[in-house]
Amino acid sequence: MPLLPAAVPLSWYLLLSAVLFSLGVAGFLFRKNIITVFMSIELMLNAVNLSFIAFSYHLKQVDGQIFSFFVMVVAAAEAAVGLGIILTVYKNRSTLEIDEIDSMKN
Amino acid sequence: MDAPLFLLFAFIAVASAISLVVQTHPISSALSLVGVMVSLAVLYLLLGAEFIAAAQIIVYAGAVMVLFVFVIMLLNAGTEHKSSKSPMVKWFGIPLLVVFIGVISFIVQGMLPKSALVVFGTFTQGGPLEVGRALFTTYLLPFEVTSILILIAIIGAIVLARKEI
Amino acid sequence: MNFFILSLIKAGLIAFVLLTTLAYLQWIERKVLAHIQLRVGPQRVGPHGLLQPLADVVKLLTKEDLLPPYVNKFFYMLAPFLAVTVALIAISVLPFGPEIEVFGVKTWMQLTDLKIGVLVVLGLSSIGVYGVALAGWASNNKYSLIGGLRSSAQMISYELPLALAIAAPLLLSNSLSFREIVDTQAGYYFGVIPRWNVIPQIFGFLIFMIAAFAETNRIPFDLPEAENELVAGFHVEYSSMKFAAFFMAEYANMVTVTAVATLIFLGGWHAPFPVEYGSGFIPTLLFVGSGAIALYHGLHPARPFDRITLPITGVVFFGIGLLFLVPVLQPILLPLFWFTAKTGALLFVYIWIRGTLPRFRYDQLMKFAWTFLFPAALLNLLITALLVAVFPNQ
Repeated sequence: MPLLPAAVPLSWYLLLSAVLFSLGVAGFLFRKNIITVFMSIELMLNAVNLSFIAFSYHLKQVDGQIFSFFVMVVAAAEAAVGLGIILTVYKNRSTLEIDEIDSMKN
Repeated sequence: MDAPLFLLFAFIAVASAISLVVQTHPISSALSLVGVMVSLAVLYLLLGAEFIAAAQIIVYAGAVMVLFVFVIMLLNAGTEHKSSKSPMVKWFGIPLLVVFIGVISFIVQGMLPKSALVVFGTFTQGGPLEVGRALFTTYLLPFEVTSILILIAIIGAIVLARKEI
Repeated sequence: MNFFILSLIKAGLIAFVLLTTLAYLQWIERKVLAHIQLRVGPQRVGPHGLLQPLADVVKLLTKEDLLPPYVNKFFYMLAPFLAVTVALIAISVLPFGPEIEVFGVKTWMQLTDLKIGVLVVLGLSSIGVYGVALAGWASNNKYSLIGGLRSSAQMISYELPLALAIAAPLLLSNSLSFREIVDTQAGYYFGVIPRWNVIPQIFGFLIFMIAAFAETNRIPFDLPEAENELVAGFHVEYSSMKFAAFFMAEYANMVTVTAVATLIFLGGWHAPFPVEYGSGFIPTLLFVGSGAIALYHGLHPARPFDRITLPITGVVFFGIGLLFLVPVLQPILLPLFWFTAKTGALLFVYIWIRGTLPRFRYDQLMKFAWTFLFPAALLNLLITALLVAVFPNQ
């Protein structure tokens, strides 16, 4: 048996997607800088895209790719609005730390 | 060539993702995310999704992440402070993460047939022609709805960027 | 022949020619700028300063490589590397000529053809902004930071009109592969006027060139490195080879952009008028004519060393001109000549504009992109799409 298989099974792609998604969740929970939290969300979206495209390959249909295309478009729109919100928050409170933005807390 | 390419870029993607999570400076995190996106684009090519790979580079790595980097540079965001939360997060979080990945991998391995190999070149329906055709026939309504979504996002961004808020 | 060996040979050839071009482009730029400003330009190293690029390379290599203590070391080192790598990779998908046969081996004058070649070039150009932005940020210098910020904002803004301007001719050509785009531009209307995309797409071409000037950070859009307000902008802290890398990236981007304009709008390697009217003799005429002028001036020299250099130039030009008449070489040399001539003409326009126009102000730059260039590109695309939909067969 050779050291490496000539081709990898589809499940490896899905595993990679799962690992990236989990790392995104971890970043979302652990990090405190708003921008990094936001980037963790982008990482999760990317991981989901990989799953979509892996299944698109598996089913030999282009539909999965269309879904990931829509995810990309939504992520771009989300980034524009999200970064706008972050800029406004920074202008009003001059901090990016999530823990310090707590004026809604009793 | 498929397996070495997959392993190389999967490794880069995972390493960059870990770097995103552990780096304390936002710029380092942003660049790590660009690394993830570029290596994912290569994996998309391996899976036969040419157009999506190009869109990934142009839209995600080239526009969205440049916007992130721009904002980080504009706000001159520094490194994060140490968390004041209890260390319980670390002690429970990381093992739970590993368990979560383990469960998912068990399910995936169990559900998918072992023989489903990914061979580069067996699926060539991911070119701009096929994606465009599907977008403008089957998925025309969602496509138009996303265009309205983008319009709303543009207006939202402009409203947020005004001085009074 | 083995695919890998062939690709390796082609890659080596393209890399060699490209790097030489980049070095001499800078010499040509200095010479042309000098003549626009009534100077003579580099003159000391070699005849007419022809060895100046070599001297520059030696100078840059032997200069002290400074590493300022306050920079972010990793990103400081990464930025020039990223800029130059991305700029050079883009060349690999551009074709320079049709399929040719050398020593019995049939091959395209192109490293690789992709179904999504145009998208790859666009993607690489959008990745290229990281080099500049990171350099500006990692240098930890306020001038660099302003340069990097300006660069990223400018690149995002001008990428839109650039992509929209490219999209319109793509509608006419119905393909994203450079090879097929050039193929659809073969032939002539009424047997004389070339079927180039620039004729129906003249506005698209102009928008593309304006946006391309901004994308490559050249005057009049060179705000990221504006010498007299930001010292040198994003690369103020760089020296030696790292500085040279940014320099090379800028020139490589110029070459890529002009080559893309040639391929998409100017018909690639197709001659501007048919062979029946003698377009095959144009290069010979041009080279022999310039050779004759050089010989004439060599016989009536203005400066003592012209007595030797100009006749040599003249004889070399005669030789090149005669090469174009050899029937075996014609299918290789003629397309290459037209491609190089068109790209070179566009590069000359670059230098010409640098010698002529002043720099925009930052607010003017942004206003121009968003209130004029972007709507104009959108309108151009809409009208083209409408016409293509109404008259599907041209």
